[in-house]
Amino acid sequence: MVARRNLLVGLLLTYVACKSKQATPAPVASDAAPVVNKDETVSLTGAGATFPYPLYSKWISEYNKLNPNVKINYQSIGSGGGIRQITANTVDFGATDAPMKEDEAKQAPGKLFHIPATIGAVVIAYNLPEVPGTLKLSAGVLVDIYAGKIRRWNDPKIKVDNTDAKLPEKDISVVYRTDGSGTTAVFTDYLSKVSPEWKEKVGIGKAVNWPTGLGAKGNEGVTGQVKTTPYTIGYIERAYASQNKLPMAELQNKSGKFVAPSIEAMSAAAEDVEMPEELFVSLANAQGDSAYPITSYSYLLLYEDAKDAVKGAALAKYVWWGLHEGQKFAKDLDYAPIPTKVLAKVEARLKELRSGNKKLLSGA
Amino acid sequence: MSVSHEVSPLIRPRSKILTRFGRELNWGDFVFRRTTALLAALVIAVLAAMAAAMLHGSAESMAKFGLGFVSSQVWDPVRDVYGALPFIYGTIASSLLALCFAVPISLGVAIFLSELAPAWLRDPVAFLVELLAAVPSVVYGLWGIFALAPWLRTTVEPLLASTLGFLPFFQGQQRGFGMLAGGIILAIMITPTISSVSREVLRAVPGELREGALGLGATPWEAVRVAVLPYARSGLVGAAILGLGRALGETMAITMVIGNRSEISASLFAPSYTMASVIANEFSEATGSLYLSALAEVALLLFVVTVLLNILARLLVWRVGRLPLGGNL
Repeated sequence: MVARRNLLVGLLLTYVACKSKQATPAPVASDAAPVVNKDETVSLTGAGATFPYPLYSKWISEYNKLNPNVKINYQSIGSGGGIRQITANTVDFGATDAPMKEDEAKQAPGKLFHIPATIGAVVIAYNLPEVPGTLKLSAGVLVDIYAGKIRRWNDPKIKVDNTDAKLPEKDISVVYRTDGSGTTAVFTDYLSKVSPEWKEKVGIGKAVNWPTGLGAKGNEGVTGQVKTTPYTIGYIERAYASQNKLPMAELQNKSGKFVAPSIEAMSAAAEDVEMPEELFVSLANAQGDSAYPITSYSYLLLYEDAKDAVKGAALAKYVWWGLHEGQKFAKDLDYAPIPTKVLAKVEARLKELRSGNKKLLSGA
Repeated sequence: MSVSHEVSPLIRPRSKILTRFGRELNWGDFVFRRTTALLAALVIAVLAAMAAAMLHGSAESMAKFGLGFVSSQVWDPVRDVYGALPFIYGTIASSLLALCFAVPISLGVAIFLSELAPAWLRDPVAFLVELLAAVPSVVYGLWGIFALAPWLRTTVEPLLASTLGFLPFFQGQQRGFGMLAGGIILAIMITPTISSVSREVLRAVPGELREGALGLGATPWEAVRVAVLPYARSGLVGAAILGLGRALGETMAITMVIGNRSEISASLFAPSYTMASVIANEFSEATGSLYLSALAEVALLLFVVTVLLNILARLLVWRVGRLPLGGNL
């Protein structure tokens, strides 16, 4: 009962917070832009990241209730596939966790905008039957575990931060994602930021050459291994750990504080990092006392110049809705909403969307 | 025996007319022949087209790495360095391991069902064994994660390590996931194939051979060993090869339990990786043309390995088929 009441209160608070945030009214299609006819059905397809899929599919079903004439189909085939498909123009929008590389952007037939749509976190889940409390891991320890330098749970380096935990004298079983994934990119981005040695020897990528451990397929595969195998450690998206009730380690952030992966800590990381003009930035190892260090934006990819004006206008309105009303669904699905000051920049970028010389949104 | 070689004079001229008739006048036969020939050619064309597409796709990787691709053990997408040896090893080793488990079991099932089981038991048991083939591979994989791997880790691997731990095959960290789990999953998946084909082969052994052996005073075991198995030998090898073919190409179930680590280790406890798995795991997120090209070359290698193993197997069937048919008591 208490849990349910807390949830209700949380929901209410989120709702109120979202209400108050909507200072900017949703723009209407300008006279010059083609107006989506109420009776005419527009279908939009998107493809890309699996990481924000639960949120995007919630957006799509909610948006469809409000606008029955707009049908949106999102295929969560992975960030790489999303980039390939939007570059080949086979979908109307792409989605990716890691921003496009320069050479990838060059291959696209037009200019692609990165639109930060939500914020997620990668958590360190573990299975230690002997340790009831929360494990604390410093950045150095986490790197050493994944580099294969710390091999046992009772290693003095782990003990330093967990003095009252009874750490077992067992081998650490390290699990990583074997399929290429944005989750791995976010995690290795963090490891590279905190360890120059990791950056040099292993690097950042959706799939890397792991120095140690076992590979499992998908978030569900890593979750399964951590859940069934004692003394295992693995990195997964927050939603998988919280839904499966796996313990999540507190990580030491750049300010030296141990922080649990709460929604507030994810938001704090995003608040503390200045969003640059291109609208993509790494949130790994963000500054700030309460920032969770393995946090990341997830992006939508839209062409600045839509080839189909009707579709482009419908898409722009949908994305605008997702970044405003859609943000209130984030928290329940383990994502953090886009901070207000970033939202202002995203709004400006969305208003630049056009088809030929006609703007798709107005209200500026 | 000599009678069967003589064709009855009544039939011979008629069959000749039919042949000539068919060639010159019967349009139905003409169309039928050409259509079936076209369909047969289509299968070969698809095979050739696939090989050509993979060759084309892997051209960049071949130019960059050459033969080093099949001998290198490094697979590093961050640095764009690719070597496929661990995948080749993992594919072949896991499939052969699966055969080691599956062949004795399947042969036992087949012999029991065709030679020893009471008639009322045969069909239900055969049906249940074949039902194993209908289970989707992702279900096997999930069972592997949640049941097989924990059991291996807590029971089987400690037992093997404590009794046979002096062998290099049973050393190292016991995690449940690894080559052993992969081999067992594959063995379970190919057992229905091998056992049902073997059963058909054993059924085709003439009853006279069994009766003869039993009549000479052989026990049921001796009759099977001396009369039935030697006669069925080449068919049984063929059954095992069908199973091997399935094991080589299996992707989903084995990916979920083998540990997916591009490393070569003698230990069955160690994680490994197969060619089919690496393609399935990395293709959807692969960006960069060399990366995609390297994955295409892995596909080409899987194709080549499968073809080579099938040729080897054909040779084996041929060789076994030429051995004398009798066994020694």
